[in-house]
Amino acid sequence: MFLLIWKRLRCALLLLALFWMPCVLCAAQISSNLEQDWINKAFRFWTFADYSIQVIALGAILIGINCGLMGGYVVSRRLSMFGDTLSHAVLPGIAVGFMISQSRDEVALMIGATFSGFVGVGIISLLKRYTKMKEDSAMGLVLSGFYALGICLITYLQKSSGGGMAGLESYLFGSLVGLSADDLIPLCLCLAMIILCFVLLNKELLLSGFDPSFARSVGLPVDLLHFCLWILLAFCIVSSLQIIGVVLVSALLIIPAATAGLLTHKMSRLLLFSGILGALTGIIGCFLSFLVERLPAGPVIVLCSAFLFLTVLFFNPVRGILPSWIRTRKRGQRIRCENTLKACYQVLEESSFSSQSFSQTSLARRRRKSDAEIEREIDVLIREGYATRQIILLEQKSELPSENMISLTPSGWEIATRMIRNHRLWELYLTKEASYAPDHVHDDAEKIEHIIGEKTVRELERILDNPRRDPHGKLIPSQNDIDRGWLSPPLVTEK
Amino acid sequence: MKATLPKPLEIHDLTVAYQKKPVLYGIDMEVEAGSLVGIIGPNGAGKSTLIKAVMGIIKPVDGYVKIFGETTRKAITRVGYVPQRASVDWDFPVSAMDVVLMGRFSHAGWFRRISKRDRIFAAECLEQMNMLPYANRQIGNLSGGQQQRVFLARALAQQSDLYLMDEPFEGVDAITEKAIVDLLKSLRNQGKTLLVVHHDLSTAKEYFDQLALLNLRLVAFGETQDVFTHDLLQRTYGGKLTVLSEIGSRQVEHKQPPSAVL
Repeated sequence: MFLLIWKRLRCALLLLALFWMPCVLCAAQISSNLEQDWINKAFRFWTFADYSIQVIALGAILIGINCGLMGGYVVSRRLSMFGDTLSHAVLPGIAVGFMISQSRDEVALMIGATFSGFVGVGIISLLKRYTKMKEDSAMGLVLSGFYALGICLITYLQKSSGGGMAGLESYLFGSLVGLSADDLIPLCLCLAMIILCFVLLNKELLLSGFDPSFARSVGLPVDLLHFCLWILLAFCIVSSLQIIGVVLVSALLIIPAATAGLLTHKMSRLLLFSGILGALTGIIGCFLSFLVERLPAGPVIVLCSAFLFLTVLFFNPVRGILPSWIRTRKRGQRIRCENTLKACYQVLEESSFSSQSFSQTSLARRRRKSDAEIEREIDVLIREGYATRQIILLEQKSELPSENMISLTPSGWEIATRMIRNHRLWELYLTKEASYAPDHVHDDAEKIEHIIGEKTVRELERILDNPRRDPHGKLIPSQNDIDRGWLSPPLVTEK
Repeated sequence: MKATLPKPLEIHDLTVAYQKKPVLYGIDMEVEAGSLVGIIGPNGAGKSTLIKAVMGIIKPVDGYVKIFGETTRKAITRVGYVPQRASVDWDFPVSAMDVVLMGRFSHAGWFRRISKRDRIFAAECLEQMNMLPYANRQIGNLSGGQQQRVFLARALAQQSDLYLMDEPFEGVDAITEKAIVDLLKSLRNQGKTLLVVHHDLSTAKEYFDQLALLNLRLVAFGETQDVFTHDLLQRTYGGKLTVLSEIGSRQVEHKQPPSAVL
């Protein structure tokens, strides 16, 4: 039995092990590198002892919330690719902003980034309108083109100006090093704007996202709303770049929102979950990156959110892969059980219910299965309390030492008769009402009998006027027969 | 008194150019209050375009639309719109109730939250379409007929006097189709005015009091028994007006196309 479960579970466990591997490896590395002080470090982090820890933790949380909230809209409006393109398209603007201001001046970077993002998006819509290019190719073109341009500019700047431009590369992959309280101001501003926008324009954004033409018909300026959302998205991306980096910021837009989408179908809840998940991955990723100084913050945060996504995908109680797999398995077990019980009834029926028990071999004959298989099926029935087994010694034939005699318990009998009734009623219904040929109805009834439900059965009995015989002339047990717990021989032969 | 009231819908010399075809040419139409009008015509005849132009979703090149004597923008709370079912993303995270509440937005106004009264009213509209048990279902989990009922419940929630519906019978089951017809007739009996785009000629005669036959031009408009004639249908469906549509696309090529959505 356990072997069977193990066989079934093996595949799932293997997959899980694969997914958890990076985490375990990461933990192993942490313990080997920093054996003495990692507890110390963890303690320092979670008590937020230092000012610098407070700053980076707050930064990571803010980014998580910002990107999570924006992501809710981006994902539900199918703009994931758009967010990705936008995040790459801002890179040249950052380099140019740097060049002009000659410092990491937030305002200059912001203006440059927004402008370059605007140009990128403009190019996409121009390409879409004036060429036959599809949107995804246009986005790919802009994404890679702008990214390449940005990298060229940044590399050139760094090479030409010596040490003055240090820190620019953190815009590529993100970094928590040297984050100051001033860097948090744009993040806070962005959060305030997002929340203000979502609270005030909640219903307008919902409508214009779901049904733009209806939104226009009630007089909403859909394009203006779309533009506002776009600007907000650009602001969110630009303010997050320093910590998370250009390459991966779109992951933070997409993954927490996609995870929230697994959990709920309501927009308000989706935004809430997405924001919480974003904050959670932000702080955990930040912690891991703090623990192992060689790990870059951005990728670790993204890995954390991907890990969270997989966890939800597998273990979410409603639609998770594991719970639904267990449900399917249980249903399969129930159906197998019901089929065995039905066969028991049929064996009893063959002997016109003359005795209450039957031999295991006759059941094996009926099910066309080997003795060992039947043995297992009967074991299941006994475990569930549907049947009992007596071993009767046959004295005459000494070479066959024993014969297993099976009898059904009242609950087993109830299920068996109910299945037989469902099966035969459905066969009768198909032949009478849906004009199926009698030799075509069996396979359909084999499936329907397990799922038909008492309410439909009552309906069928009413439509067919409480029938007693199925299309093959066999008895259809009534509710009375089921309740009585046994069919007496005279009843079976009665017309 | 009644004669002085402005007509629910007045279309004057309306010409619409899309990015490409279809195009509408000089449509003139006046619809009386309390009429149930079917708009029929072949594919690409501009049926949906006409509705969208009336709703102000597409800007016409020429001509104007008056709703109760005012521009569409001013009369916006008096017009209800049911877009084509295929025009929205059914995977969007909203429930049936959320969709119906959207019908209350034009009454609620900017920045305001949906009130409790709106919620109760929206529930009544769902109930009227027999969809209340599904109120909290995600719309993507509903069948095609149920989705269309939700759309109609939203139109009811708009409490309009003039309704424009784009193919409400598209891809729905027989029961829903009957429910929709009953709804249309009961709205008409309440004195509302309805314009319904319809593609099924076999039922058009039975469903509508008046018909507008459309194929780039308004071929005919009048009482069903006067308009639903072999001759007029032949003229509507007997091939496109090839010269007209070719000239139309040439015109469009010389004009800046209307700005596309980002």
